[in-house]
Amino acid sequence: MAAPAASLPARAVRRRARVSERPPGEPRRVAYLYVLPGLAVFVAFVLLPLIHSGWISLFAWDGITPGEWVAFDNYKAVVTDPDLRSAFLHALVLLVFYAFLPIVIGLVLAAAMSRAPVRGLAAFRTILFLPQVIALVVVAVMWRMIYAPDGGLINETLSAIGLGALAQNWLGSFTLALPAVGLVGTWVMYGLAMVLFTAGVQKIPQSLYDAARVDGAGPFREFFAVTLPGLRAEIAVALTLTTIAALRNFDLIYITTRGGPGGSTTVPAYEVYDRAFKSGEVGGASAVGVCLAAVIFVLAFLINRFAERGAR
Amino acid sequence: MSTVRRPRAAALLCAALAALIAGCGASPGGSGNDNAEKADKARQSSKQVDVAKAGDVTLTVWDQEVRGGQAKQIKQLNQAFQAKYPNVKIKRVAKSFDDLNTTLKLAVSSEKAPDVVQANQGRQVMGQLVKGGLLRPLDSYADAYKWADRYSPTLLDLNRFSDDGKQFGSGSLYGLSQMGEIVGVYYNKEKVSSPPATFADFESQLEEAKGKGDVPISFGNLDPFAGIHEFQTVQNQFADKQAVRDFVFAKDGASFATPENEQAATKLQEWAKKGYFTPDFNGTGYDPAWQQFAKGKGPFLIAGTWLTADLADNMGDKVGFMLMPPKEEGGEPVSLGGESLPFAVTNKSKNPDVAAAYIDFLTNAEAGRVLVATNNLPAMKTDAAPSGGVAADVDKAWKTLNEADGFVPYIDYATPTFYDDISAAIQKLLGGKMQPSDFTDSVNKDYTKFTEKL
Repeated sequence: MAAPAASLPARAVRRRARVSERPPGEPRRVAYLYVLPGLAVFVAFVLLPLIHSGWISLFAWDGITPGEWVAFDNYKAVVTDPDLRSAFLHALVLLVFYAFLPIVIGLVLAAAMSRAPVRGLAAFRTILFLPQVIALVVVAVMWRMIYAPDGGLINETLSAIGLGALAQNWLGSFTLALPAVGLVGTWVMYGLAMVLFTAGVQKIPQSLYDAARVDGAGPFREFFAVTLPGLRAEIAVALTLTTIAALRNFDLIYITTRGGPGGSTTVPAYEVYDRAFKSGEVGGASAVGVCLAAVIFVLAFLINRFAERGAR
Repeated sequence: MSTVRRPRAAALLCAALAALIAGCGASPGGSGNDNAEKADKARQSSKQVDVAKAGDVTLTVWDQEVRGGQAKQIKQLNQAFQAKYPNVKIKRVAKSFDDLNTTLKLAVSSEKAPDVVQANQGRQVMGQLVKGGLLRPLDSYADAYKWADRYSPTLLDLNRFSDDGKQFGSGSLYGLSQMGEIVGVYYNKEKVSSPPATFADFESQLEEAKGKGDVPISFGNLDPFAGIHEFQTVQNQFADKQAVRDFVFAKDGASFATPENEQAATKLQEWAKKGYFTPDFNGTGYDPAWQQFAKGKGPFLIAGTWLTADLADNMGDKVGFMLMPPKEEGGEPVSLGGESLPFAVTNKSKNPDVAAAYIDFLTNAEAGRVLVATNNLPAMKTDAAPSGGVAADVDKAWKTLNEADGFVPYIDYATPTFYDDISAAIQKLLGGKMQPSDFTDSVNKDYTKFTEKL
């Protein structure tokens, strides 16, 4: 973000230039023509539906019969309805599992790989990245089987090594279901973070590491002084992607718990689906969707601010 | 881009937005329509026709008969219909249950609406479609084809709505179902030497099984519709069948916060506390639960007749089926039950008379025999019966209920959101997170939120 003061003189100069002598052969307006195809697609498939959703969200509408104008009642419900409030709260909890944990794990892996050349690095990277490649629906079905209380991989393993007492009712427990679903997200996302970070680490000049070592920095010091600042841009990208994935999470919840037990794992995107397609509250669903889009927009904006400020 | 252009671009954008909002200024869903008038007109113009003389007709049919025997029967009947009337072509669009329910509203309200659709009972799907004036009342056809003779009254009532979509369970007939469903008790004959004759007997057998280290009732509630089945099976022991029906149909004064419902909730919670269900049932899926029962982990499974074929495949002669025994021996049989998704005719169909003839063909006596031959349970009265095994138990139970008119409908039909409301509440009740009185109160609150607007 350029400071407004700095751009003032530039603006004055440019304005004068525009009035008097534009270089010939450079009609600037033609630029709009270049962006037109992309813009048209964006407007038709993103902007218009978004605005239309915003419009629908002002009605109580079942999707069939004429809607009734209710102004901002649907938005009020997002704040006052305990079901919706807890859905947004769950999304925030999932942020920890989808964004924070994968980035921490990704950083640790990247730092470890930057310290010493690992034999077969490409193979490791591919294997760790695999969860990203599998369709989320498949991931969800698989984890539902892994979490099964009777015959699921986790509980079976625990009892096989004599830790049967630790076996849990993973997806059926009111306290564990949300973290259990969250951990699936961690498993899916950390590969992405790691690949971004290992690529970023290679871009940090070796001389910086050498200098740090000459100055007597240990592995931790080296990580915080060289690796972490050097990865700022990659962290911002990873944070943006994982945050969006966390907030719009739908498939995992739909397949594993359907928001249960007792609504303890509902998330906004699931509520949107449930309201729009099942219980015929299209207006309310649109309001939730618009709020969700707004939250994602604000978070993505803040993350980019943070990245740009650091770059300066 | 340059800062100079920005104000103008912003102005342009604003203008575009303003134009857009003005453009979609109408409220979504268009203007109102007079349902009653439309329905009357439809009833008057409906008539029984000779399909063979109807000219070339293409019927587009959306159904969800995609599993095993269901797929077999619909393919067979479609073929037979086209063979009988070569001038009719059936364009079948098969979808899964979930897929059908979520896409149906859009399809039926579009210009290219299908002619015949399976519209699920209750307020979530059929009620909404009727309210929108999108389905055609079938009363004139019912008279012409004598459909009332084929079904017991409750089975027809389940497919009835008033023309404004507000009253459920009475009013015009909007569809016919092919298959019956009962939620009853499957038992493992190796573990249950004599099937219980009373509810108390049943409970003492649960106690006994628990003592032996068996899982008395196999139950997986991760897919939370299972909890509704358990609850209603117990509820029928306490609440009067007419009271539950009135509740589902939202008759005046109906409420969920009744002493009977609280007793049922208390009983079910007691079973959960005593460990009569699969351990960790809230985290166990529906399929793993019945598979455990099939593997012989315990004596009982409370489930619907849609599992009959699978259980027979896995257990052979070892599995039996019965209705939950009444409180007193020989008491009137009551059970959670109903029928498959009804076939309905859309209002936009260009050939409603042929569509009605098609529905008649799917539910006539010959269709009943096809259903039995393909291992389905026909909802209509039929002389065909399966030869033996668990299918014969199911058939017998169905006929008993049909004669006694003992069906109690699924309570999740009650309001558009009731499936979510009740299933989440049951998960909480059985997980010990909610007391029976809070359970009935909170569910009733969700219920009245809808019914007070009727």
